[in-house]
Amino acid sequence: MKIYRYTLPLCPADISQLNISDKVLLSGCLFTARDAAHKRMVEIIQRGEKLPLDLAETTLFYCGPSPARPGNVCGAIGPTTSSRMDVYTPILIQNGLRVMIGKGERSLEVQKAIMDFGAVYFIMSGGISAYLSQHIVSCETFLWQELGPEAIYKLWVKDIPVYVHSK
Amino acid sequence: MAYRYVSCETIESELANAIKYITFTPDPELPALLKNALANETGEISKDILNCMLKNIELAPKIEIPLCQDTGTLVVFAEIGNQCIIEGPPLPEIINETLIKVSKELYLRPSIVKDPLLQRENTGNNAPAIVHISIIKGDTIKLQIDQKGGGAENMSRLQMFTPSASSEDIKNFVVETVTLAGGNACPPLIIGIGIGGNFETCALLAKKAILRPLSKKNPLKEYAVLEQEILESVNATGIGVQGLGGKTNALAVHILTAPCHIASLPVAVNLQCHSHRHIEIII
Ligand code: SF4
Repeated sequence: MKIYRYTLPLCPADISQLNISDKVLLSGCLFTARDAAHKRMVEIIQRGEKLPLDLAETTLFYCGPSPARPGNVCGAIGPTTSSRMDVYTPILIQNGLRVMIGKGERSLEVQKAIMDFGAVYFIMSGGISAYLSQHIVSCETFLWQELGPEAIYKLWVKDIPVYVHSK
Repeated sequence: MAYRYVSCETIESELANAIKYITFTPDPELPALLKNALANETGEISKDILNCMLKNIELAPKIEIPLCQDTGTLVVFAEIGNQCIIEGPPLPEIINETLIKVSKELYLRPSIVKDPLLQRENTGNNAPAIVHISIIKGDTIKLQIDQKGGGAENMSRLQMFTPSASSEDIKNFVVETVTLAGGNACPPLIIGIGIGGNFETCALLAKKAILRPLSKKNPLKEYAVLEQEILESVNATGIGVQGLGGKTNALAVHILTAPCHIASLPVAVNLQCHSHRHIEIII
């Protein structure tokens, strides 16, 4: 198992260097998005409007954090099941998205889009929130606060461990 | 008959302590099983993640960050003695009130929506819990409390087999279930299998089976053997930890059975992720 250290956002050269099953320690900025945020993003694209974030520069993390206790930078975080986003992902990839983090397998359509557009899908282990909390620098609501845990949060991370699933 | 009165405050405080405890501390026998899996594992990523899981278990109670951000649906199996009288509102109300308080106090993620199909508006407080009540003999209240995450629950399955089905068919169904689940259910798993009863009871049996102490063998030899066979078959799939390849896909298989109709053989497979958070309290 090769271990790499990368700063986000990843550029195409970074992605092309990676191999399936490599471990990567990511540092930089992640944007969380679950089902509801995906639905909204795709609706905005379909209406022909501009998204409030540049997908090409965005690392999407399928995650719904728990609220932070006062004094803590962040509550508990961890990946949710990626396949629930599969219906939305190809459209997002066509619109610039290249880096995704979640857990579990992806659909054939998503895998094809990942290959066609030079994207990468990382797996993060679920159920290790306390451990992962040590890798979070800050967390703030970025968009759609009314969605609660389904809002988009901006998460600064340091050396957060993920594994290359497909690229 | 002498009755024992239990105050609603007693239940609330015991339950609150229990929910708090399982938010940060998993099944007491889980670390040993994870260590054992680690010793036998050859998959590099599986080993790497098993190590993280063990560190997570050590860290969570110290820093009071939940073991997993998905603190799930609260499932409670309540056995109430027929000589026990609860002073106060009905038990489900007490449970929900406590859950709402504890969710706020511990900053748990709100993970429950009001309506499953329409709007899916978050209740914001993790209520309602799912409560199964049965009346037993005696004057105590036994509560089995389970924080059940969505990932593994979503990959659970049920099939109405007919009496011609064999142990082998059931084994294949379980292997098929964990294969379809892949990494979605956050393996290594604890697999609860309910056999018998009817459509709804076999699902309940499967959930209850998960809650059996991990080191406890099935009392019926034939089922103990079947559990071991299923465990070996599941681990031979190569799915590994988090679906990333290895020998460790499940840590335990628990079967629970009930009588059933002459025409039926219902089987339910309820998957539990490695974040196995449950406790039993007796009041
Ligand atoms: S399946 Fe379990 S470990 Fe995985 S995210 Fe859900 S609750 Fe956490």
